[in-house]
Parts: sequence; structure tokens; C-alpha cells
Amino acid sequence: MNRRSIPFLATLACTAGLISLAGTAAHAQTKSYAGVTLNVMTFTGPQIAEPLQRRGKEFEAATGAKVNVITVPYSDLYQKLLTDWSTGTNSIDAAILAPQWMPDYVNFLEDLSPRVKADARLREDDVAPFFREFSQKYAGKTYTVTLDGDFHIAYYRTDVLAKLGRKPPQTWDEYLDIAKAAHGKDFGDGKPIVGSCIAKKRNAQSFWMITSVAGAFLQAKGTSEGAFFDPATMKPLVNNEAFARALEIYKETGKYGPPNEINMDVGDTRTLFVSGGCALTVDWGDIGPLAVDPKASKVVDKVGALMLPGSTKVLDRASGKLVACDKARCPHAVNGVNRAPFAAFGGWSGAVNAKAKPQAKDAAYALFSYMSQPEQSNADVTVGATGFNPYRLSQFKDMGPWKKSGMSDQAAKDYLGAIQDSLNSPNMVLDLRIPFNQRYQQVALDTAMARYLAGELDVKGTMKNIEETWNELNDELGKAKQQAAYKASIGAK
Amino acid sequence: MTRSPDANPGSLPAAPPRIGIRATEWLDRQAGTVFIGPAVVVVLLFSVFPLLASAWLSLTRFSLQSGGYELSFIGASNYRKLITGSQQFHLLGTAGELSAGAWIGLALAFALLAWALLRSLRRRVGFADAVQQAPHAAAATLTLACALAATTLAPLGPLAAAAQEARDALDWPWFAWLLLGLVLFAIAAVSARLLGASATLSGLVGRQLAGTTWLLIALIAAGTSGAQQGSLLTTLFYVVGGVSLQFAIGLGLALLCAQPIRARNYFRLSFFIPLMVTPVGIAYIFRMLADMGVGPFAPIARALGLGAVTWAQNAWSARWVVLVGDTWQWVPFIFIVLLAAIEGQPRDQLEAAQLDGAPAWRIFRDITWPAIAPTAAAVVLIRLIEAFKIVDLPNVLTNGGPGIATESMTLHAFIDWRSLNLGGSAAVAYLLLLVSTLMAVSFFHFVVRPARGEGAR
Repeated sequence: MNRRSIPFLATLACTAGLISLAGTAAHAQTKSYAGVTLNVMTFTGPQIAEPLQRRGKEFEAATGAKVNVITVPYSDLYQKLLTDWSTGTNSIDAAILAPQWMPDYVNFLEDLSPRVKADARLREDDVAPFFREFSQKYAGKTYTVTLDGDFHIAYYRTDVLAKLGRKPPQTWDEYLDIAKAAHGKDFGDGKPIVGSCIAKKRNAQSFWMITSVAGAFLQAKGTSEGAFFDPATMKPLVNNEAFARALEIYKETGKYGPPNEINMDVGDTRTLFVSGGCALTVDWGDIGPLAVDPKASKVVDKVGALMLPGSTKVLDRASGKLVACDKARCPHAVNGVNRAPFAAFGGWSGAVNAKAKPQAKDAAYALFSYMSQPEQSNADVTVGATGFNPYRLSQFKDMGPWKKSGMSDQAAKDYLGAIQDSLNSPNMVLDLRIPFNQRYQQVALDTAMARYLAGELDVKGTMKNIEETWNELNDELGKAKQQAAYKASIGAK
Repeated sequence: MTRSPDANPGSLPAAPPRIGIRATEWLDRQAGTVFIGPAVVVVLLFSVFPLLASAWLSLTRFSLQSGGYELSFIGASNYRKLITGSQQFHLLGTAGELSAGAWIGLALAFALLAWALLRSLRRRVGFADAVQQAPHAAAATLTLACALAATTLAPLGPLAAAAQEARDALDWPWFAWLLLGLVLFAIAAVSARLLGASATLSGLVGRQLAGTTWLLIALIAAGTSGAQQGSLLTTLFYVVGGVSLQFAIGLGLALLCAQPIRARNYFRLSFFIPLMVTPVGIAYIFRMLADMGVGPFAPIARALGLGAVTWAQNAWSARWVVLVGDTWQWVPFIFIVLLAAIEGQPRDQLEAAQLDGAPAWRIFRDITWPAIAPTAAAVVLIRLIEAFKIVDLPNVLTNGGPGIATESMTLHAFIDWRSLNLGGSAAVAYLLLLVSTLMAVSFFHFVVRPARGEGAR
């Protein structure tokens, strides 16, 4: 119905355009998309959908393009979009989607490189290099506009660490040390807290959590070195001393964790941390704004954040052994500690259907550009309800909006500092972006993690299992094709 | 006077109408078929098409291509992966050491099969025939054939390694093994007939197929008892354990509510409520109930000094929590159906027995049970089939964890499907169809029919 009326509306728009030519030039320019109807799909909010609806109305008022937001449950989004585009229905002009799906979607996405290049207002130079160079790109071309910065950071209770006389953990060994020291002690909350809360539930986020732990042991030479496969041989980096150490650490955090942690997803650990039950946790950026919300939080001004802990030893890919960092091995190490923040999930991004009508494509790009421009984005990322986390460098310079959201100076400095450090890191781990990555991560890795945490498999058995399944998947799906996709995603030569 | 057709031209014009009449008569007779045909075709298309399409899907690999998707035929490799390949742990489990208990269990399974076969072969129609000699030898022959086939085929468990070596040494193509199996079953069936079994040959072969599959499952259960069981055995635990528990509780509640007690309607209604809630809703409610940190039972557990009960960490306690949730949801269904059956039992017999001062358990055994048995059989059969589809509870409660401990076959298929492994998912679903059909048929042939005293077929 809507689609059918587009030609009619387009005619109307042309007429309107002709008429407005007689009017002021400025008017004609701002209402440049009058008559265009954009169908934009994303998941049922309120996060992401709320700012899209709100900014969509502003966009409509400014340009005349009607933004029609279609939402589906998160678990259906991948299938729904893929069905619409792969079957040629093309009723959806654009979408805000997970960039991890790019390899499966890239055939249907519009190459936005020329538009981004010509768009001065987008201030692309202000977007953190990781998103600009890796997250938005596939095989060197830009396909998405980042609207949200997603990666794991570690959080700690400043009051607990002060009472223990500890500094925030720089390595995973220190993390375990602090968790052990804090576990089971009462720090004035009226009941004992646990040392560490990290999601371990099956079919939830544990496959991201293990990569957050393993990243610093596996990748030292920058994003394009890769932390899932060796891009040169496509050999899985899951059966070696580095991954073994990560598995041990991940399991050991459970020793200082809450009871039934094995059945907790990130929503559960987040709630527990914000209600004052844990000394340490690993999470996305969401805890920052949540912790200062007086309605939900019992730890206002007691939360610090830092880049994911690192390691003084990294994997030697030739021998599969852990070796000490030096200048050549860990060029990005600080004080001998290699850190590799993990861009788990990658952050919601706008993408345009390559088969949409030319005018709709222009309008859709203009909408995403509008939402991402600093004027809009820098306000949206300070509001917890938007689901948008910071991804622009300017979002760390102006403290005004953050303070307005209730953060104290120290909290804003800590929270933003951790994010800024991670964003500036040239050694960020890009999430796995190869075709059918869900089968590698959400099924193979997740099942192996669940069996390992439940004690069904030991460290060796787990590593062997993941390696075998990943190799089997590579063979089944075409090793050369998967390798090419992996190299394209991390920008490896 | 003889008359040729030519001699009477008047008969010629009569011929076409007669054909016409015949045609209309034929049409009249076929009217039923003609009218109902299109509807049957449509219904068949709707029921058969998905069945065929998913069967084809289970033999293919799904992949995305630019401008659509592609299904490439890969033979039985999805099934091979599940039964002997990299996904064996997921469906069947991981092989471990056999304990003494497992050996006893295996012996029990073997004895149970022999007994079930014997029971199903006995003819008990009418009292006069009841004295017919029971064909013990025939049952023993069938059981042995099943045992031979099952031990040769078992992908894991005792003797699996030896059987694998023997198979490798012979290196026969799969159809040779199929043929050999059929010959074995045919020989056993013929011998059983000669030894006095009263069932048909096809009935005897069917019994052996069912018996072999159950023995295979018993072998897998014994083989994985020392390590980790897969989604097949977990599903069977939910089905057999859950339905037995639900039947016992449902029957008990129905018997209580059939008594002339005060506030009868209140009890009936409150027992019935969980059935009115959607399954996912039930799963979420139960998840809150089972939360031992902040749930409603947490203070009770603390008061009892149990501290935080960590049911989610142990495989069996997690499975039991799922089973209890399923029971909580489905007892009402059995309760309400059995209550109706109990209310419908013959009053006169009941009162006569009560007047004679018969004890309650005898009244139940001789009057109530025979009256409700057909309904009970039907309700158990429905629940058996339903129980195989359990997915909401483990998905919401534990997501299949810890490890893969609470994963049912439906959840297994769902997790595969969600990651676009459509072929693997369809293969799991087809194996589920096989097991659930076998369970329903076996329940009817080995339990219901002999209990009714019906003749063997």
C-alpha cells in the first residue's frame, strides 16, 4: 500500500518541489525529501527504537520525509530483515541492525562510502577510529553508520577497593586477587557481597565474556591481528596456552561469584551489581548511567570503570605457548600489560537497503547521518533509555550533558575515561564477523562454555571441542570463503 | 426372432442417452469423492507438504546466497553428525565407564523387553482361552533377535567398540546391513510363529523393530550413565518421569475431589488454574518461584538453614526443577479429564459395593479403575506426545544449562534453527518424530492392549 503510493507521492513531491522553487531557496532545500516515506526496521525498544522515533519526527519536520518505524522482537530481527531483502520483497528501506550480521547482509546493503565521504556534517573524523575503520567497514567499504558504541568494560566498587587498599585491576590476575579479597565480606551494605559477577548462563552472553577475558592473551598487534582465527591460516585460536589461561580465569571468577551464577545472564549480574551485591563485574556501557539512577541504584557515586584487564603474557602463535610481553610482541602494551578491549556485539548501526528507491536511499542515509551528527548524538548517549553508548571523541570532551544526567565529576571522569581508553585502543578486538557467525559463537562456543562451566568438560576437552567444531564449520561452509570474510572484516592483508 | 442392431434403426438413437445415463450415474456415485476431493487434496497438501519439505531439508545444507538462499544435498550427513559424529555428545551423550548399577539396569531393560514381548503375545480374549500355553520360547527368540540387532548397531555403550571393529572389518555398504537386519527379523518372526506365537508376521517384525530401538536407547543410557547424557535421554526423562508423576498426582487429586467434601468447587477450580496460563507465562512464573536468591521460597530455605540452594549447578537437580515445573503445569489437565471419568463411573455398582462393606482400595481396583482405564489410556497417550515437545520451560528456566543438562530435543532443534543450521535442526526434529511415534505405538501395543486383554496381532 505504502509502496504503491510512492510513485504518486513522488509525483506530488516533484510538483511540490516545483512550487517551492518559486518560494525561498532555503525552504526548498530543507524540505528536500517531501513525499518520501521511509520504512525503517529495528528491534522492539524502548532502546534504539525510542531515539529513532523521536529523531525521525524531527527529521520529518526538517526534510518532509515520513519516517515509518517498524519494530520486531530482537530475536526475530535478523530473520525478518534477511527474509525481506533476500526474497526481493524489499518493503524495508533501511534498518538499525547489529553490525555483526554484516557478512550475511553485505549483498543487500548499499555502499555508503561516497555519501559518508561527502558528508561534512557527519563529522566522521570525530568518530572513534575503531568504529570508523573497522566496525562500519567490510572489505574496505563503509556500509553502516554507527549510532552506538558497544564494548565490554570492567566496573568496580570504589568504596570496596578503598577499604581493601587496592588499586583498580590492570591484569586478570589482579582482578581475581581483588575478587578473592572482597568475596564474602561486608563493606557496610549490611550483608556480605560477592567478589565478582560475570554472566555465565547458557545461551546468553558467556560466549562474549570468554572473549573479553581471552582477548588480551590472544591479540597484541592491533585489531587486524584477529583474536578468533589466525587470518593467515584460518586456524582457530582456541587450543593453546592463552585460551587455556582464559578458561581458567573465567571459571575462577565463579569461585568468588554469587550462588547460581551459572544461571545468570547479564541482566541478572547487572541488577546485582547496581543493587550493591558485587565488588567487580564486566558489562557493556549500560552500568554507567544505571549506577547514577537513584531509583535503581544503591551504589550512586561508588562505581568506577576501567578498560578490560589485560595480561603480561601473550600467545606466541607459532608455538601455541604464552610468552612474556616485550616491545616487539606487544607494541601497544602500557607498563608491560597488553590490553585488548572487546567490542562485543559492536553497537547498533544504521544501514540502507541497496534495492530501495534512489530517493529513499538518500533520505535514509540523511536520517542516519542526522542521528549520528554530534548535535544529536552527544545528547542521546547520555540518556540511559536510548540504549546508545558513546562512540565519538567529542562525547568525552563536554561534561555538561553527563553531569546533567546525574553523574558526579569523579564518576563521569571514571566512566568516560574507561570508554575513552578503550575507544582509543588500537588493539580493540572486533567481534567475529564471518558468514554464519552465530553457529560459531552462539552455538559452538556457547555450548562448549556451558559444558565447561558445568564441569562436563575439562580445559583441554573444551579447547579441543571448540577447535574441532570450528574447523568442521569452516570445512562445511567453505574454508577459503570464511577466511576471505574474516580477513575482510578485520582488515587483514 | 433374432434381431441384429442394424435391423432396428430405432435402437441406435437410444444408445447415446444410455451412455449419458451411465455417465451421470457414475458421477452420482462419485459425487461424494468429487465434492470432498478438493478439500482432501488441500488438507493433504497442508499436512504432507511440510512433512516432505522438512524431510528434504534434513538431507541438505542451507546457505545464503546473494539474492536468496540455496539448499545443497548432502545425504545423511546431518544424521551421521548427530549419531556418530561431532554432535553425538549433544543428542546421545558422552560415553563413560559402566558402573555395576548400569549393568544391572541394562539387564533389567532386557528382562523388561522379554516380559513385554511375552505379555503382548499372550492371547487372553475370553476366559476359556486364558489357559492357552504362553509362548515363552517365541518371546525369547524375538528378544534375542532384538538384543543382537541392538548391540551391533549401538553407536556407544558396552560392546560398541567391538561392534564398530567388526563392522569396519567387514566394510559392507549400508544396504547390506539393512538387508541382513531384515533377514534376521524375518527368521526370528517365522521361528516365533512356529513356536506358537499367535501374532501376524508383520506384527512380529514391528515388535522387533520397536524392541530393538528401546534396547538401543537402554544401551545408550547405560553407556552414558557414567558421563554426560544428551538431549535424547533428557527428553525421555521429561516424558516418562513427568507423565508418570503427573498421572499419579492428577489421579490422586481427582479421587479426592470426587469425594463429597466441602468447598469442592473451590479446590477443583484452583487445581485447574495453571492449565489456563500460556506455557511461556508458566515458565516465567516458575522461574521466579525457583529463584533461590530472591524468590518466595528463599526465606523458607533460609529459615530451614539450607542457605542458598544452588539447583542450577547440578545436572540432575536442574532437570528435576524442569520436571517439577512441567508437572505443575500439566497435572490440571490429567486431573480434570480423570475427574470427569470418575464422576461417570457406574453409581449402582459403587453403591452395591459400599453396602457390602468392600474396602476402598478394592472398590478402586475392581470398579473405579476398570471404568476410567480407557480414559486414562487416552489421556496418558496425549500427554506422552505433548511431553516430547517440551521447550518453553528449559528454555526460560536454564536455557538448557548447566552445560546441556536440561536441553530437550525440541530445544536442541530450536537452538540449531536459530543459528540458521536448518538441515541439522530438521534432522533433530525427524529423530524426535521417530522416537515419539515409537513411544506412542509401543505404549499402545505393549501396555494398553495387553492390559485390555485384547488379542495379539
